[in-house]
Amino acid sequence: MPDTPDPGSVADVKESLGEVGYLADEPAALVAYLAQRLGKPVLVEGPAGVGKTELAKAISRATGRDLIRLQCYEGLDEAKALYEWNYRKQLLRIQTESGADPAAEAAEWDSVHGDIFSEEFLLTRPLLQAIASTDPVVLLIDEIDKTDQEFEAMLLEVLSDFQISIPELGVIEARTHPIVVLTSNNSRELTEALKRRCLYLWLDYPEVEREMEIVRLHTPEIDEQLARRLVEVVHMVRQLDLKKPPSIAESIDWARALLLLGADDIDGALFARTMSIIVKHRTDMDLVAERVGMKLGGVQGLGAEAAG
Amino acid sequence: MSPLPPGLAPRLVSFCEELRGEGVAIGTSEILDAFEALDSVPWTREEDFRETLAATVAKSQEDRRVFELLFDRYFFRAAESEALDRGIGEDHRYDGGDGLDLNELREAVRQAIADGRDGEMRDLARLAIAAFGRQGEGSGVIGVDVQRIRRTLGLQSQRRGKDGDVELEREQINKFERHLRRELERDLIERTEKLPPSRPLAELDRALPTSPAQDLAAVHRAVAQLKKRIATLGHEQRGRRRGAVVDMRRTMRASLDTGGVPLKLKYRPKHPRRPEIYVLCDVSTSVTSASVFFLSVLHALHDSFRKLRSFVFIERISEVTDVFERERDFRSISERISREGGVADVSGYTDYGRVWLEFLEEIVEDLGPRSTVIVLGDARTNGREPHAEVFAQITERAGRTFWLNPEPRLYWNYGDSVMAAYERHCTAAFECWTTRHLENFVNVVAGGTPLVPQG
Repeated sequence: MPDTPDPGSVADVKESLGEVGYLADEPAALVAYLAQRLGKPVLVEGPAGVGKTELAKAISRATGRDLIRLQCYEGLDEAKALYEWNYRKQLLRIQTESGADPAAEAAEWDSVHGDIFSEEFLLTRPLLQAIASTDPVVLLIDEIDKTDQEFEAMLLEVLSDFQISIPELGVIEARTHPIVVLTSNNSRELTEALKRRCLYLWLDYPEVEREMEIVRLHTPEIDEQLARRLVEVVHMVRQLDLKKPPSIAESIDWARALLLLGADDIDGALFARTMSIIVKHRTDMDLVAERVGMKLGGVQGLGAEAAG
Repeated sequence: MSPLPPGLAPRLVSFCEELRGEGVAIGTSEILDAFEALDSVPWTREEDFRETLAATVAKSQEDRRVFELLFDRYFFRAAESEALDRGIGEDHRYDGGDGLDLNELREAVRQAIADGRDGEMRDLARLAIAAFGRQGEGSGVIGVDVQRIRRTLGLQSQRRGKDGDVELEREQINKFERHLRRELERDLIERTEKLPPSRPLAELDRALPTSPAQDLAAVHRAVAQLKKRIATLGHEQRGRRRGAVVDMRRTMRASLDTGGVPLKLKYRPKHPRRPEIYVLCDVSTSVTSASVFFLSVLHALHDSFRKLRSFVFIERISEVTDVFERERDFRSISERISREGGVADVSGYTDYGRVWLEFLEEIVEDLGPRSTVIVLGDARTNGREPHAEVFAQITERAGRTFWLNPEPRLYWNYGDSVMAAYERHCTAAFECWTTRHLENFVNVVAGGTPLVPQG
């Protein structure tokens, strides 16, 4: 296998991630560095919306590699993840042959047989694409916890040996070493075997300071005071027991919205009007309006307004 | 990068050994990974060293927590024992404590904690111990000393000071406390010239934060996790083809795509078993801490199982299914239950015998082989008649009966606990005081295999 490119040091990785718009904290930068250095897959876990998928995208941008994404879902199988033979095309090929002189058919069978199991009739799926690619890539296996355990077992060959065996074609080995990022929302326990092969990173919601940096990086025009206020409110909302706490992306969306509205402070009324950007459940909205809206100086009886 | 120093390898291996002892599954390959990874980071920075090690050996949040606890303890002990061996000590470490004004010290500590300056906190912790030791009040028990110093310094979280005092985060105060503890330990080690015996992490350190009300949020996080898992349980089996039945009609339909040749088999979807569940939850004072937890579990279950009826009991039993169905917010649920439940009669002590009688009378018609009865309680009868034979009747009628006991198995059948009498009739009885226990149980109910072997 070819050498993995030298990522420099942890600080370099952190900086290059920062340049492409991803502010990684120390552990994230370290794991990204180790992943490139050791060529091991990374398993990223954490609540929804903390930037797990974004991390993989940022690594791909920072290293200049293509991103190949395999979105996992319930019932995902090898045919959708690895490769599939193109039945229709194969049938078509056979039918065109049999249209010809029947005497020649027997002789031609051999050539047809060899022919229909060639790469021309192979539909490559993300995993095979990542392995067979001539340029180094970043392979993102998103929401691995949505699949079943058998699929995980199938991944083991790909992740530890970086090869895929296709019975008709033989073993396809990786020409370059992909950086593999697996994400999980932790909705089920992954198998020990898979975890053992990965580096582990737990991403959590960022601290106020870091989230502020993130928000300001994506909406540079926003006023520092407003950004701080916004992030503090978002943190307050996350403290509550919600069905879906606001993600980082939603803080950014909210910041953009406030910018468009030309707001310079977040008061109760403004919050009530715009909170649908960060809170997206009927019951959550009631709760947030009651707890956070009040704190924001709901002199005008904000709770009643939001409930009505 | 700098190669690892020669003494480190055995230390790391023994550290991993200790992690294994605490139930973190670490394979040899992971230890090898750790070494390889440490080769490529500057191991001399504690943060990097710790993160690298954690990324390679601790593969879940739970493992990570154990890792953090052990990491601190292990390397602290390692450093101290090395210091003892070489006879390095700091004789005059607490000099300068004499001339200190307690008020000044208090201010300085508060400031350092508010700013979160680590080194300063450590120095101040030493000073505080010195100032404290001067008054000759050291009790010799570290935990007691820490609490006493903390009280003397007036450290409380989230209290808005009257005259512009800085507001302190609980997290930050805990940090300061850790420094205090560590310094006191070091002091003790130097005085006695030996390491205190290493104890396994108390299981309770890792247990569910069930007790006080402020930890409710933590319970909820655990339960939210559980809720997601329950929701996906059974789906795994549904997604699989093995053992499924071929759906002829859909297969033939799909074969039209491929010229009438049935290349793709279509399967009948498998429906996971959705049991009818009856949950009986003890809410008496002997299980107060656990019942907060259990009620929130009930709350979570209500979202996931459609046929679920809930009951709470102390001396009498009362059905609360509609409370759970109408109220979304957990807090109002627990308020309404304590207000309207009407389950305490006179004494407020649990009367299991009477509860069984009432339950049987009320529900006997509905119980059938498809029903699952789950009892959440400690089986402490307070000396009253347990009526195990009535419980046996219930279990006979129901398909399955499970008992979740918030006490560790060790305490069962001691004192007034009559667990054995009931356990005989249950399909299975589980101790349930960590999330892992709970998950294990949910897995069994939903028809999966247990995560940890019983016994």
